[in-house]
Amino acid sequence: MTDYLLRGARPLGGEPADVLISGGVIAAVRADDDAPRADAHVIDAAGLVLLPGLVDLHTHLREPGREDAETVESGTRAAALGGFTAVHAMANTNPVADTAGVVEQVYHLGRRAGWVDVFPVGAVSIGLEGERLAELGAMADSEARVRVFSDDGKCVSDPVLMRRALEYVKALDGVIAQHAQEPRLTEHAQMHEGVVSAQIGLAGWPAVAEEAIIARDVLLAEHVGSRLHVCHLSTAGSVEIVRWAKGRGIDVTAEVTPHHLVLTDELARGYDARFKVNPPLRTQADVDAVRAGLADGTIDIVATDHAPHTVEDKDCEWAAAAFGMTGLETALSVVQEAMVDTGLLDWADVARVLSSAPARIGRVEDRHGRPIAVGEPANLTLVDPAARRTVDPRTQATASPNTPYRGRELPGRVAATFLRGRATVLDGKAVLGA
Amino acid sequence: MKHLLSAADLDRDAAVRILDTAAELAATQGREIKKLPTLRGRTVVNLFFEDSTRTRISFETAAKRLSADVINFAAKGSSVSKGESLKDTALTLQAMGADAVVIRHQASGAPHLLANSGWVQAAVVNAGDGTHQHPTQALLDAYTLRRHLVGPQPAGQDLAGLRVAVVGDVLHSRVARSNVDLLHTLGARVTLVAPPTLLPVGVEAWPCDVSYHLDEVLEQGPDAVMMLRVQRERMSSAGGGFFPGPLEYSRRYGLDARRLAVLPSHAIVMHPGPMNRGLEISAEAADSPQAVIVEQVANGVAVRMAVLYLLLAGGRREDVA
Repeated sequence: MTDYLLRGARPLGGEPADVLISGGVIAAVRADDDAPRADAHVIDAAGLVLLPGLVDLHTHLREPGREDAETVESGTRAAALGGFTAVHAMANTNPVADTAGVVEQVYHLGRRAGWVDVFPVGAVSIGLEGERLAELGAMADSEARVRVFSDDGKCVSDPVLMRRALEYVKALDGVIAQHAQEPRLTEHAQMHEGVVSAQIGLAGWPAVAEEAIIARDVLLAEHVGSRLHVCHLSTAGSVEIVRWAKGRGIDVTAEVTPHHLVLTDELARGYDARFKVNPPLRTQADVDAVRAGLADGTIDIVATDHAPHTVEDKDCEWAAAAFGMTGLETALSVVQEAMVDTGLLDWADVARVLSSAPARIGRVEDRHGRPIAVGEPANLTLVDPAARRTVDPRTQATASPNTPYRGRELPGRVAATFLRGRATVLDGKAVLGA
Repeated sequence: MKHLLSAADLDRDAAVRILDTAAELAATQGREIKKLPTLRGRTVVNLFFEDSTRTRISFETAAKRLSADVINFAAKGSSVSKGESLKDTALTLQAMGADAVVIRHQASGAPHLLANSGWVQAAVVNAGDGTHQHPTQALLDAYTLRRHLVGPQPAGQDLAGLRVAVVGDVLHSRVARSNVDLLHTLGARVTLVAPPTLLPVGVEAWPCDVSYHLDEVLEQGPDAVMMLRVQRERMSSAGGGFFPGPLEYSRRYGLDARRLAVLPSHAIVMHPGPMNRGLEISAEAADSPQAVIVEQVANGVAVRMAVLYLLLAGGRREDVA
């Protein structure tokens, strides 16, 4: 296995150091290593920021079932290019990941692809139908070692089922990741309900439909003493509820997507379905609130909700189009633009919200989201914050073109990614090195 | 003007120009031979994804009076119902050489998509999309208002100072949205009247007033009352349960003989049709001398002629003989 010497990299954006990767681990971190290393692949990392490999708690890889939109191979290659070394693959595949068999299939597909560690998420209910609990224990005990359970795409709206799920996963050290969407309040919903939806005549998805479920769920989590994770929180009111719940000591964590940090419902005006997503793009006041929530720690993590869709599913009338946008290859840049370049977070915070905190929530913190220190597994991402690039779906690894940032210039570029000491990305290109 | 997608896209001068052109064209329609040669050799496609016989024959009549060739394309299976996609339908029309596509679609934004996708070169006219816009309806309403309420020489005039009440299911109404935009642009003051359940969240940003009380609005003496169609299925819980029932709706928001009597004598009663007699409008109101509902239909042909003429003949005024 090749050794790599990252010369002059700035761990977590701090003082430059030479970082030696050898034998799958970080072998040395030295302030000024002048000693030539003829046997190591030397990377000039001057000015580049070194982060722990990013961990996505919310990825849709679409396999099995919709291999025309994404495969585990293409999705995890996209993840590596985005600086990730681990992704949690959501359960809404076909068949649904609601048995040990399906989660093990996804797990093995991830191993075979080799770009990142794939941790399957298990469905909460059989077939995502919201009626009966799936075999959460079997999935937890399987080779895939599932700890995150979610019906994402659908809300566990039945309060009794949600209570049972929260209780049951206590025995598995698991967490319920809730897609908070009150279904009756969002029938036929197409976009955020507000001034823009009223003008352009699309059925509204009100903020209260998200906030009502989050409020109920934090109270349920408190009542049964369990752990709740709120997926893709998108409104100012949701931030307030989570802040209140944390103040009470309730064991809740929350995520925000990159797109909810920068995009608003104004983008729906052109009826371009690339901007159709669930939960929908909200108002500028909501964007400001989720940024503030991420900055003050109310929101624990950024997760992509990478949701690839084929051209046919997007190049049509808004109402007929699928919900979702891709995000793996743009997430770090968007976080840099929204949070770092604005001074709301520093790079150590980025390492927290995109690596160590999601690793801890997903219970993979023994392998991912580790400190950059000697002896730690070499899951690392090298990012050039000074670079700028224009997003072009044709040059992305994801099999689907539905990026909302097409043609937009974003800061930052992932120069290299290492998974257990092996390069998956070098010089911004996907490689499967030795 | 390349397309007509939304009443909000029209500024005052563009709107007045359409109304003036419609008046000139209407003046030719009293002749024995109604047909004008203006659009001879041009092809207008009526692309209707949603049934609307009234709107389709209005556009068809307008195009034929201008000597255009008309193709009616009832595309029931839209991509919403997983039939042929809008894109493939559009490419087909482009290959057939359509000069204008008049599109009616249940999905808000479909005309916008058609006009901006690059799939067709034709001029696109929105004949009603979802709960978004129906600009030619607003234009024919403005034309009707101007004919009745603006002096003996309305040419060149807008609707400055007129007060118009629009009553009914605003939430689901593209007619209401289009009229709020256009009548405001033309200087009229619009008051929307509806139960709160049938007003969209966000209506406060529209350039109009909003009231929940029809009687109060009528007492202020509006110059025109426009009644919107209310679908009976909105009353069932499956249809959304927007109000308790038809009797309660009629009592609070229906235009009946008593309310008609409150209106100033010069005020006109309008309805985009088709009417639910006995629900939003009583027979006395619908058939009263103040009602201009049938005339709205005739004006619709003139306004649509004007729109097609301005889009396709590029506004060469000398063609209007």
